[in-house]
Amino acid sequence: MILDMFKKTRTVSQFLKPQKDDEGDPKEVVVCKRCKKEVLRQNYAKNLFVCPLCGHCSRVSAYDRIAMTCDEGSFRELDRKLRSANPLKFKGYPEKLENLRSATGLQEAVVTGVGKIGGHPAAVGVMDSHFLMASMGSVVGEKLARLFEYAAKKKLPVVLFTASGGARMHEGIYSLMQMAKVSAAVGRHSQEGLLYVTVLTDPTTGGVTASFAMQGDIILAEPRATIGFAGRRVIEGTIGEKLPSGFQSAEFLCEHGFVDRIVPRPEMRETLQKILAIHSK
Amino acid sequence: MAPKTAYERMQLIKNIHRPSVEQYVSALVEDFIEFHGDRAFGDDAAIYGGIGLLDGRAVTVVGHRKGHSTEENIRYNFGMAHPEGYRKAMRLFDQAEKFGRPVLLFVDTPGAFCGVGAEERGQGEAIARSIQKLMFLKVPVLTVITGEGGSGGALGLAVADRVYMLENAVYSVISPRGFASILWKDPSKEEQAAELLKMTAPDLLGFGIIDGIIPEPKGGAHTDPAKTCIAVKEVLVRELEALCTQNTRTLLDNRYQKYRSMGVYGG
Repeated sequence: MILDMFKKTRTVSQFLKPQKDDEGDPKEVVVCKRCKKEVLRQNYAKNLFVCPLCGHCSRVSAYDRIAMTCDEGSFRELDRKLRSANPLKFKGYPEKLENLRSATGLQEAVVTGVGKIGGHPAAVGVMDSHFLMASMGSVVGEKLARLFEYAAKKKLPVVLFTASGGARMHEGIYSLMQMAKVSAAVGRHSQEGLLYVTVLTDPTTGGVTASFAMQGDIILAEPRATIGFAGRRVIEGTIGEKLPSGFQSAEFLCEHGFVDRIVPRPEMRETLQKILAIHSK
Repeated sequence: MAPKTAYERMQLIKNIHRPSVEQYVSALVEDFIEFHGDRAFGDDAAIYGGIGLLDGRAVTVVGHRKGHSTEENIRYNFGMAHPEGYRKAMRLFDQAEKFGRPVLLFVDTPGAFCGVGAEERGQGEAIARSIQKLMFLKVPVLTVITGEGGSGGALGLAVADRVYMLENAVYSVISPRGFASILWKDPSKEEQAAELLKMTAPDLLGFGIIDGIIPEPKGGAHTDPAKTCIAVKEVLVRELEALCTQNTRTLLDNRYQKYRSMGVYGG
């Protein structure tokens, strides 16, 4: 049934990007990054890219996430054409982006738009770690700021799936300023009394954690997602010792009081639907 | 004389006698009283804050504190704040707003502290809230980046109606060393990275990220702290005078638009 959901949403996705995830050889296997066991790709996709053996939530593409979250055919993308400039004239940066565009089918590290979740209209943003580790440059910041402004104007809640390695260093100070820019737009949306739900997915770190990821009215997280401010190796370098394996996991954040709830992927859509329903009363 | 390179400025501002937030406060602010603690966890010595009078006007002051000796550096954690530091700052921002006092911020930090306790107590959340609080604070906010403006740790105190930099200060998303290690896998290319990153006051004024540059004495701020303090005071008094005449709505709209327009893109 879930596979059907993927197939049906293909009409949306195909329009946006060529999909590969559940096409091709039915015997094709993928190796789970956590338990290292082989799983049939089609079973993997059917299970929302959660390993049926160990429960590991693998990183999914933005359009797959939208397909799992939004009602069939309801998603309409906004601001798809925004393109990064190269303010520092960083050698190879434009080429790198171009290569990523063709390799991933994405235009940038975030996809934004409007859709419905269980019948409830929402502005939806999904960051995609396959695009330069979903680092935040001017385009990511601008698309998100526009999404919040659009949602404020249309009186819509915002559901944002975060993932990021942090700042887009190639864009220098402009990438840092996106933290302030998006925070500003989030704040104005909030002042309208509108709901903002963040879903922290693997990995949510750096400047994204230190801005809009932590500004949600409700902060959900996927099991075992890495969430933190500083990189693990940076901290290990500072303290001179190895960190335990659960450090900076969603569970660690929840235990320390920074996450409202950890939601397994198969329950995410229903949880979001419930939250939206409660806020529409 | 040719203008200093980014790398030269980075070396110059490392001088241990470079004026600190405490020096600026003692030279600029009358009747200053330091306040401690975030009312939740503790008191972060890396963040210095309190209230006083600037040219007869009540103000709240918050800044990163590094210290002027190795012993002080250690006590103040080299100006690298923990979450409780940003939460102390936020508590003082709320207090400033309640009593209608403008906020003066002095930035000098390599970055927010990266450690186990900082993560456990939500470094990201603390900075995220500080940025947002400053964005919507209903009193004028002025920031002076006096030395190092290190990434998110700096931005947590650098969302303001006016952001000034001292002539030799630097402000960057990442240290040049970090940039060279990550993007070029070669930390020895630090100097090259420093130039590429466009982190100097003239670069950032050109980008419209900051609003002005405060000149330093010829050999750098440490060669004549008193003169530097006078230059800083002059700017703060003048800017505050202008900002205090604006109504809250205009102030907040302008602040929003300023940050909303930052970024370069096409399409």
